[in-house]
Amino acid sequence: MRYNFDFASLQEYWPEFLRGALMTLEMTVIACVLGLVIGVFCAIGRRGKRKWLATLCGAYVEIVRNTPYLIQIFFIFFGLASAGLKLPIFAAAVLTMVFNVGAYTAEIVRAGMDTIHPGQIEAAEALGLSTPQIYWDVILRPSLERVYPSLSGQFVLMMLSSSVTSQISAEELTGVANSVQSESFRSFETFIVVAVLYFAMAMLLKFAFHLFGQAIFPRRRRLGTPL
Amino acid sequence: MSAVVKLHDIHKSFGSVEVLKGVSFEIEKGEVVAIIGRSGSGKSTALRCINRLETIQSGTLEVCGHRVDDQSLDLRALRQDVGMVFQSYNLFPHLTVEQNITLAPRRVKGVPNREARALALESLQRVGLAEKIDAYPEQLSGGQQQRVAIARSLAMQPKVMLFDEVTSALDPQLTGEVLRVMETLARGGMTMAVVTHEMAFARRVANRVIFMHQGKVWETGPGDMLADPKTAELRDFISNGL
Amino acid sequence: MMGGAFTFNHFVYLLQGMMWTVVLSALAFVLGGVAGFGVMLMRTARTRLLRQISFVFVQLVQGTPLLILLFVVYFGLGVVGIELPPLLAAGVSLMVYSSAFLGEIWRGCVESVPRTQWEASECLALTRWQTLVDVILPQAARIATPPTVGFLVQVMKSTSLASVVGFVELTRAAQVVNNSLFTPFLVFGIAGVLYFALCYPLSRWSRSLERKLNVGRRQAA
Repeated sequence: MRYNFDFASLQEYWPEFLRGALMTLEMTVIACVLGLVIGVFCAIGRRGKRKWLATLCGAYVEIVRNTPYLIQIFFIFFGLASAGLKLPIFAAAVLTMVFNVGAYTAEIVRAGMDTIHPGQIEAAEALGLSTPQIYWDVILRPSLERVYPSLSGQFVLMMLSSSVTSQISAEELTGVANSVQSESFRSFETFIVVAVLYFAMAMLLKFAFHLFGQAIFPRRRRLGTPL
Repeated sequence: MSAVVKLHDIHKSFGSVEVLKGVSFEIEKGEVVAIIGRSGSGKSTALRCINRLETIQSGTLEVCGHRVDDQSLDLRALRQDVGMVFQSYNLFPHLTVEQNITLAPRRVKGVPNREARALALESLQRVGLAEKIDAYPEQLSGGQQQRVAIARSLAMQPKVMLFDEVTSALDPQLTGEVLRVMETLARGGMTMAVVTHEMAFARRVANRVIFMHQGKVWETGPGDMLADPKTAELRDFISNGL
Repeated sequence: MMGGAFTFNHFVYLLQGMMWTVVLSALAFVLGGVAGFGVMLMRTARTRLLRQISFVFVQLVQGTPLLILLFVVYFGLGVVGIELPPLLAAGVSLMVYSSAFLGEIWRGCVESVPRTQWEASECLALTRWQTLVDVILPQAARIATPPTVGFLVQVMKSTSLASVVGFVELTRAAQVVNNSLFTPFLVFGIAGVLYFALCYPLSRWSRSLERKLNVGRRQAA
């Protein structure tokens, strides 16, 4: 049995695909920025002296890392709705992404912080820097430089995972694909096109992260060696 | 002449192990004191208590007018007056030499960015490394890194400087350049406490040598005392090296 | 199944779903492992073409969402006339997905064995295959165990996507229950706890294996 591919009939949907792809990118950027903030604070919380806070941050990280993203989405989206909080779908989708990527980021950032030698912190203390200054200049900045490759990899994975938000009807790329395939009856072609688009976006994102890394880490740009 | 560093009957334990068992000594302004002793004698711990990297359990400790034993001590004020150089340099690897030196002046003293470079240059000139101002630590030899670490401390214009076995991690051919920088500082009138294994340096540069043994000040005197030890322990220490 | 409150029957239904999650995970992991071994061999092959083909394969799989891969397999095989039961469609796509990731993880482990081991074996007149089986793999396996167990957690979580094509595993079962009760916090909360019960011990195990490996290495050094 031969199958005749028909990509031509998908041409009219280009604006739809583009809109979906842009929304995917938009969601990813927002989620990663907020997720980074949460991840950093959570990593600091886990290292801190307050036991309850360390436990809380640890529990958050473990819960997110050991349950499927789809379950997290349903729990948050339908759960909030049942509690009377009806968020717009875009906001709900981004919220679940932030919740998810924040935990992975926390784990990566914490691993980076663990590589900072205690002598570095002592030296900074001896120079009279305050605790927040030490966290920013001596712990966080080199940690982020060191884990930047894993971090950007995680963000690319988040972009790919965002396809799952189509399950709560987010109109990102996969959501668009779902409506296009039901209209065009060209399911196979639709998802091939979308696969290619995701792949292109993943490459684009990797390249963007590379450029961004060069811009914000001058040491890496000049020496090219890992920290 | 008043002492800038005064330790009186300092006791310090790590868990159940008492490392300092009533240590007392003073350091006058402009004086260079070498602290020697075996590893485990408490010499590094004593030094680290002076700028409160370690907290003491009892005794009184006053540094440049700061009551270090007091809970309400302004730590950052103390540390602006006391510079410290470590065995393992502890330069910040993600920052250039200039940024390493100017980080604390900019953050702690609020030195404006445009004045920071001149400050870094001035400090680097004192350790003879002005040409390395834009290098990263990993591009420098161990001796150069340690000199940058000294410059980093100097940039804060400390009243006292503490040196914690600063040449122990260096190859023998690199220790000379670091010791020369320290000697220049000493001749320039800097108040210094130097924990060291370099006996020749202690003899030549130090105004006073403190020999620590089993958590106590065992013997103290001018550099010459190393040629004529009074106690059996110091004699033993000198003849057996480390 | 209908009714207002969450009953024991609902819980049993979720447990049945959980069992299918385990079955699907095992299927994907074993098949993906076999295929992943092939990917690893190709990625480390001497023939350039094999390396390139496997590289492109890995890049493609790692650069597309698993959900899209699942749809491509599900609809793709459907249109060429092969009517796949949802279990098989999910199994095939998870296998492809796992093979790319496991192949890449294992390649890293094989390459982390020092080059001198290859050279020493060559001097002993071992063939390339003998070297791989007798010298390299036993060393690589030790390094590979923690990340492989870690990836099993990843597979377990990923099986939740099979719910999208109608396969009744734990997530789908939870959806079904929730559709009749509409108590999402409770139902998805329980489903989450069940997933956690499956994944967390594996995560812990992976971490402790890694710690042991690091300790062993430090002692060897």
